[in-house]
Amino acid sequence: MKLNGAQILINSLQSEGVEYIFGFPGGAVLHICDALEAQNDITNVLVRHEQGAAHAADGYARASGKPGVVLVTSGPGITNAVTGIATAHMDSIPMVVISGQVPSPLIGMDAFQEVDATGITRSCVKHNFLVRDINEIANTVKKAFHIATTGRPGPVVVDIPKDKTIEQITPKSYPEEVEMRSYKPTVKASNRQIKKTAELILNSKRPIIYSGGGCVIGNASNELREFTRMTGFPITQTLMGLGAYPGNDELSLGMLGMHGTYESNMAMYGADCVIAIGARFDDRITGSLDKFCPNAKFIHVDIDPSQISKNVVADIPIVGQVNQVLEVLNKELKDKKFQDISKWWSQINKWREMDSLAYKKKPGVIKPQTVIETLYEVTKGKAIVTSDVGQHQMWAAQYYMFDEPRRWINSGGLGTMGFGLPAAMGAKLAMPGKDVACITSEGSIQMMTQELSTMLQYSTPVKIINLNNGYLGMVRQWQEFFYENRYAMSYMDALPDFIKLAESYGHMGILVEKEADLKPAMLEAFKQKERTVFVDIKTDPTENVFPMIPAGGAHCDMLLAGRDEMVSKDETDLNAV
Amino acid sequence: MRHIISVLLENETGALSRVSGLFSQRGFNIESLTVAETSDSSLSRMTIFSTGNDRVIEQIVKQLNKLIEVVKVSDLTSQDHVERELMLVKVCPTNKDELEIKQLVDIFSCKIVDVTEKTYTIEISGKTKKINAFLNALNSAIIMEVSRTGVTGISRGKKAILK
Ligand SMILES: Cc1ncc(C[n+]2csc(CCOP(=O)(O)OP(=O)(O)O)c2C)c(N)n1
Ligand SMILES: [Mg+2]
Repeated sequence: MKLNGAQILINSLQSEGVEYIFGFPGGAVLHICDALEAQNDITNVLVRHEQGAAHAADGYARASGKPGVVLVTSGPGITNAVTGIATAHMDSIPMVVISGQVPSPLIGMDAFQEVDATGITRSCVKHNFLVRDINEIANTVKKAFHIATTGRPGPVVVDIPKDKTIEQITPKSYPEEVEMRSYKPTVKASNRQIKKTAELILNSKRPIIYSGGGCVIGNASNELREFTRMTGFPITQTLMGLGAYPGNDELSLGMLGMHGTYESNMAMYGADCVIAIGARFDDRITGSLDKFCPNAKFIHVDIDPSQISKNVVADIPIVGQVNQVLEVLNKELKDKKFQDISKWWSQINKWREMDSLAYKKKPGVIKPQTVIETLYEVTKGKAIVTSDVGQHQMWAAQYYMFDEPRRWINSGGLGTMGFGLPAAMGAKLAMPGKDVACITSEGSIQMMTQELSTMLQYSTPVKIINLNNGYLGMVRQWQEFFYENRYAMSYMDALPDFIKLAESYGHMGILVEKEADLKPAMLEAFKQKERTVFVDIKTDPTENVFPMIPAGGAHCDMLLAGRDEMVSKDETDLNAV
Repeated sequence: MRHIISVLLENETGALSRVSGLFSQRGFNIESLTVAETSDSSLSRMTIFSTGNDRVIEQIVKQLNKLIEVVKVSDLTSQDHVERELMLVKVCPTNKDELEIKQLVDIFSCKIVDVTEKTYTIEISGKTKKINAFLNALNSAIIMEVSRTGVTGISRGKKAILK
């Protein structure tokens, strides 16, 4: 039987087991929309903005571990999606984006709604394709999913000219496997490196495990737990890694980096052995490279060889899938004798006593930290939490103790305001049985409020926890610290009434202006199983995120809450530890 | 340090822009880049002449390897290799320069490949140093235009990029 290119495309997506396509139509993809409508396996989610489609697919992917799929039209369709694609790229999220292109004969003619989609997306995708032959559609889709989901995952764009979706052929069956001589992502860590690693670990006296998003995306949570518990080493996790190891566990020091805990950063500074697992030494983690972990040897496990020795030279590089590497390493270390690190722990516990996440409540104001703590309490720490970008994101990361991977969904690499709401929608579709909360603030949420409409149409009940501080708070904080309180462009007058906004989209809104109303409001919101509830909480506009390492500072130079002075390196003689 | 990096990649449209885009995106240097099909028409071979310290070059090699269409990357500088560059230079000598040009062509053992009433086109190939030396030796006032291929190279002996 003859099929047109659009039908072949949809059949291919079905063969890949796709459940949802997040998309928005346009001239170049009308045949594809038509083919999508004619079947029932894949549900199309019609978003209100293509950036929302990409973020929703991204949230779906992060929550489920399966690739997210996006469909956009040519020209403005794909350019609108670029922010979402770049967001997924920076955080290594598997995603396949199908974009329509103008008909082949018009390519290069500045045709209506033509942009060079592969050119524009080239630097923010793992790979992209322009399909030139209808016979290549199925194979290209197969390759796209293969590339997006294997090795270090990432987004793949498949650009299809309209005429290729209209042409007809008798298709071959969908390829079962792909063979690409130029792409062999599976690598097994060398035994020699494992032995060397074990030796360094067994000899270290002040070790620290520094784990990142690779442990979440690479499904290495179990192996990481086993490794950490077997070694008894302290563990600190990056913003992207939270939840791979339970945040409440006594070996966990919390997050590290610019807004990491005092104990995490001090322990990094004092460590003699840093075991980096699926983390990439981002500048928000390392601060000044000159002063980064001055006494440490580095073990670096990552699936992407280009991450190793990019920012920090690894003493022992291990390229491999993190879960497999840890499994082998765990076997190697089993029943071995470790150094006595009790002195190291007592030092760390002293740092812990600084209680760097403590904050003072003020009568009459709601502290944003309290909001996150209340959310944690009300959801018993079991919700999937997405976030936007700003202070609220940092407070969410600091005060919601994630104890499972894939519960914390945020744009860490690109830091995209507007990510939270559509990502929550995608996460809810992926995990309909779970409570999903979107932690946001009045600045970020306004970048994507249109998706409230999509959320009604597709019944994705999400709880929006709006930490409404009336400011682009993170910007305001930097201006307070580094620009002598000149609050240029960080205050928004004329905010909408978020309750009415939510209601106008058919959702429920709850306004919280007093701390006493906070918990009841949240309980009420989560009781509403079928409804999206917008909880607009007026929080302290002056609160800042602490601890803070000013950009380019060292781990031992932290600003702590309630102190005017920088806490600089304490007097501890690490060699005595 | 100067490095000559050979890249074997799928002979597909867009592959070249991925490589050049990578260099500009990450701020890597390109002194020259040459590319053409190999004996296997499905593969292109690219030679990139770049400069950077060891860590930069390590990143360049790793980032190139990461490109999906790249089959093999090899840093020729770290092995025994042969390298060549070809230059065409068009000059318009006055009568008194003519003898000097013929002498230079002899000394540098290059060829005059085209002659018109007023101009000579000279072809020279060799190491970059030799080409630069030839260019310096020519009276710059008579040079009309220069076209260089950039460096290409190949390893010596039994080793080949795919073996
Ligand atoms: C799309 C985008 N534009 C600009 C920024 C820069 N930026 C980072 S945080 C921030 C302020 C966020 O304000 P808000 O959403 O109100 O969060 P708050 O800091 O108040 O919690 C801005 C503007 C960004 N991250 N993303
Ligand atoms: Mg705000």
